[in-house]
Amino acid sequence: MSNQTYTVIFYLFAAITVCSAAFVVFTRNVIYSAFSLLFTFFGVAALYVFLSADFIAVTQVVVYVGGILVLLLFGVMFTNSIMQAPKKSEVLHIIPGTLLLAGITGALLYTFYTTHGWMPSETTLQGSIVERIGFETMSRYVLPFEMVSILLLAALIGAAFLARFDKPGK
Amino acid sequence: MSSTALSQFSIPFLMGNNLNAWSEALAGFNLFGLPLGLVILAAIPLVFIALYSLTYGVYGERKISAFMQDRLGPMEVGKWGILQTLADILKLLQKEDIVPTSADKFLFVIGPGVLFVGSFLAYAVLPFSPAFIGASLNVGLFYAIGIVALEVVGILAAGWGSNNKWSLYGAVRSVAQIVSYEIPAAIALLCGAMMAGTLDMQKITMLQSGSLGFAHFFLFQTPIAWLPFLIYFIASLAEVNRAPFDIPEAESELVAGYFTEYSGMKFAVIFLAEYGSMFMVSAIISIVFLGGWNSPLPNIGPLALNDMTNGPLWGAFWIITKGFFFIFVQMWLRWTLPRLRVDQLMYLCWKVLTPFAFVSFVLTAIWEVYVP
Repeated sequence: MSNQTYTVIFYLFAAITVCSAAFVVFTRNVIYSAFSLLFTFFGVAALYVFLSADFIAVTQVVVYVGGILVLLLFGVMFTNSIMQAPKKSEVLHIIPGTLLLAGITGALLYTFYTTHGWMPSETTLQGSIVERIGFETMSRYVLPFEMVSILLLAALIGAAFLARFDKPGK
Repeated sequence: MSSTALSQFSIPFLMGNNLNAWSEALAGFNLFGLPLGLVILAAIPLVFIALYSLTYGVYGERKISAFMQDRLGPMEVGKWGILQTLADILKLLQKEDIVPTSADKFLFVIGPGVLFVGSFLAYAVLPFSPAFIGASLNVGLFYAIGIVALEVVGILAAGWGSNNKWSLYGAVRSVAQIVSYEIPAAIALLCGAMMAGTLDMQKITMLQSGSLGFAHFFLFQTPIAWLPFLIYFIASLAEVNRAPFDIPEAESELVAGYFTEYSGMKFAVIFLAEYGSMFMVSAIISIVFLGGWNSPLPNIGPLALNDMTNGPLWGAFWIITKGFFFIFVQMWLRWTLPRLRVDQLMYLCWKVLTPFAFVSFVLTAIWEVYVP
């Protein structure tokens, strides 16, 4: 494929991501905004593919679409009153909100304009990227990796404890 | 570039046996600057799904179920009822496209589409032959496991969009089942990936080729491989909602599950998606444990059966045969076993399959490290 085709496809996916993300925020129907997240997640995964990060792209789909989005949809579908609840809050903080928005946008734009451009790594990639990720998680990043797994285990035990039936005898 | 690609494309069967030769020639095929070859590349699995579900999927299943129950099955349309499926398709095409008034129109319409796309996307990484694979990703197996997530969202959209309690319950049951059984299925496939040392589907298949035929398949390489093989097979039945795990569409309880309200072409698309994922899981199990497109026949002395039956076209024949064999087993189980209850289903997943999957994971790791 020519470079131009890549550019067209890139902008297509970028447009899908941004439009569906905007839809998530602006729609009044909670179910629609949850389903719209699907397109946002897939768009982000496609952008990862454009950065040659296949593994992260697939992980994005597995974790966000397969895990978080399904959980979100279950939550929305089983919460009966979610469709009737008033969406507009009584409390509006216009001035702090605007300041926060301006601050975040300014910081993002500043970072973008000062650090744009690619930063090539000193070591070149040899072989498959999956292999490299495996070696790195099992050597240099083994402590954070194990800490994350302990955190997840604790969360799992906590969830099982909260969800189990109370025995009537107690 | 375009003209050379065209001359290559015009003689696809003479391009040699190079790995991915056909798909690469197709990917480089441009017509008027448009990547037409890529479209054809994506269309081939689509045509395959349609043809196979029409012939083997619908007609074959009806005949097989009939013979298992000592009946004749469809006999009226054509000789032995061969044209029955064609008649069914014509009927489905002519049917009025009904959208219930109280349904969520948008979700009701996109549900079957998302469902089908979810089952179709995994075909991108299935190597149909040594010379043909949609996309030779180095994360192929991981992608094939992960993309099922899209199917889940499609089922939820269909179930919620129908605005029917049976549909919603069917969708929720189906999703709970798919999400739960993904865990033993993924760990079982991880055992295969550990034996291969790669996630690239084409490489996994190549590692299982050799002159002894089936003896090189991962299933026969270690005694432990049988455990993940069986676990993945059981879990894959649950993932495609086949009996004995067909509680999402338990007709005695839920009418027809998440597709109760669908009729006409939308119903056909849902069924196409189901047949698509049936072949998908069958192909994955054949690739990871049974050598994919490799011929199972060994070379016996001067009779080089393995060399004779390997090659791009033979490869396509073998993987489709292996896939069809597993689909036959799925049908066989469907007409033999009773349906599980929801609690039995969850018990089987979390208390039987998942622990055994972990055990097989550890045993495979030990075997790979200590047994040369």
